[in-house]
Amino acid sequence: MLTALTFAVGVRAGVFNIGAEGQLYLGALGAVLVAALPLPGFLYFPLGLLAGVGLAVAFAAIAGILKARRGVNEVVSTIMLNWVAFWIVEYMRTYQIADPHDPSKTIPVPPQARLPLLIKGTELSAAIIVAVAFVVAVYYILWHTVIGYEIRATGLNPDAARYAGIRVERSILASFIVGGIAAGLAGFLEVTGRPPHYAITTGLSNLLGLGFDGITVSLMGLNHPLAIIPASIFVAALKVGARGMQIEAGVPLEMVKAVQGVIIISLAAPGLIRTIQARRRARLVKEVETVAS
Amino acid sequence: MPVEALLQLAEVARLTTFSMTPLLLAAIGEIITELAGVVNIGLEGIMLLAGFTAVAAAEAWGPLAGLLAGVLVGALIGLLHGWISVYLKGDQIISGLGINIFALGFVAFGIEALWGVRGYYTPPPEAKVPRIPGLGVSPTFIAAIVIAVVSYYVLYKTGVGLKIRAVGEKPDAAESVGVHVERVQLAATIVGAALSGLAGAFLSIDWLAAITKELPAGRGFIALAIVNFANWNPVLALAGSGLFGFFWTLGEWVKNIGTIKAIIPIPLLNTIPYIATLIVTAGFIGKSRPPAHIGRPYRRE
Repeated sequence: MLTALTFAVGVRAGVFNIGAEGQLYLGALGAVLVAALPLPGFLYFPLGLLAGVGLAVAFAAIAGILKARRGVNEVVSTIMLNWVAFWIVEYMRTYQIADPHDPSKTIPVPPQARLPLLIKGTELSAAIIVAVAFVVAVYYILWHTVIGYEIRATGLNPDAARYAGIRVERSILASFIVGGIAAGLAGFLEVTGRPPHYAITTGLSNLLGLGFDGITVSLMGLNHPLAIIPASIFVAALKVGARGMQIEAGVPLEMVKAVQGVIIISLAAPGLIRTIQARRRARLVKEVETVAS
Repeated sequence: MPVEALLQLAEVARLTTFSMTPLLLAAIGEIITELAGVVNIGLEGIMLLAGFTAVAAAEAWGPLAGLLAGVLVGALIGLLHGWISVYLKGDQIISGLGINIFALGFVAFGIEALWGVRGYYTPPPEAKVPRIPGLGVSPTFIAAIVIAVVSYYVLYKTGVGLKIRAVGEKPDAAESVGVHVERVQLAATIVGAALSGLAGAFLSIDWLAAITKELPAGRGFIALAIVNFANWNPVLALAGSGLFGFFWTLGEWVKNIGTIKAIIPIPLLNTIPYIATLIVTAGFIGKSRPPAHIGRPYRRE
């Protein structure tokens, strides 16, 4: 759900930020790094959150600055950064913060920093509340604040936006930063709110692909923050179903990715989405032009 | 000592011929596609799917069949992407993303379904493309250089090339002089994707001789960076992939040097090609100019 926001906010600013994957790794890393420090119990949660989101935003900002200042294609830069993030976290996991009792994962997040489970015996934790709240907040920012308006106007028509006095570079960078916060938060929640590990496992296996799931979710929700909520439930159900299929029928989990790919490819073809977007675009361009004149 | 240094240099050069080949092939393919006005960011996925198919085909019918299978798979995906981009006027970036994600899932599934192993499969040695005796380089590398020169000639010195570039630059003008815009775009997308397919087959049955679900490891996106770097010129792409390929070799090569390995652990050395790509792209961009009508579907008035 949260990684979907990264992509959605990016699209709103007219950029394809596919860096949620790497930023999510770093969000998780932040939580675990702080867990390695000797701290009073109540500090783990806020400091882990700060470290995770901070690292993710720093990474997102690299792509944002490269795009806004140097015009570097964000598709290329975010993928490169994803790989850099992967190897940095892999390095930390094996060399710096490995669990002394179980080398296949990092040290776990201490119990004080874990999010409470909403229903005992399930994986449903308070993380979902945080996620929904954040989605609503981003919706509010995009549709009810000046910077949100500027981000959307930049995405619809950068030239018209610039003419209307919007600092386009700043909106692009802002979209990357909001996206980074969302992805970092996602990574942080994944290790603090997800039993049983509360850690990062070998080859980042418990984090792998979550950023790309976000792209599917965002596209299915037409890149609208609120529509992302039902879309994320759908994709989550697909994944849970796949887990069942793996156990019952031995169908590998990855099959879900292939299904997602098919969904995305069919969403790329026009039809509904394109006409809806074109209509919206026309409306907002008109708005911007009235402001400009 | 100088002799030894020279030998080491020669070895780095030889290894670079391997690391640059997939980048070069994919970059040339993308240059052809983009000059016709279509963007395909699905290179990574094409490489992966083609690499997978190539292993299966090479195991059954030998390495040449493997390479051909890779090309064929590439062309088929190019047909799909071209159909969505050109005829359905779909979103090219999203279609490319979809190809990448589909490949990731399908190949991970396929490796397990075909060979019953999880994540990693090594084909038998007879499925591997043999090296050129004496030189130790791959025939695919030589082919890639020939393709680069030929496609430069075709794109910039012949009527066919002019048509392709006209379609990417000003499709309405091209159409007014009788060029079939859609047909040219579809053909360019298929040819471009086929070259990425060859790159994928090269990875799985020629150079690395293994198939994993991370086979391309970002190379499809580095190829996209090379296209910009080379200003849509296949011969400059040769220089670009040489440079980026060198970073790849460098990353692998320093891992074998004990002192460096002791200071910088291997996972961090793995980041070298990606960081180098970022730095070079950030430094060079802005000097190149993309085709005018790139990435948008052509609609008649």
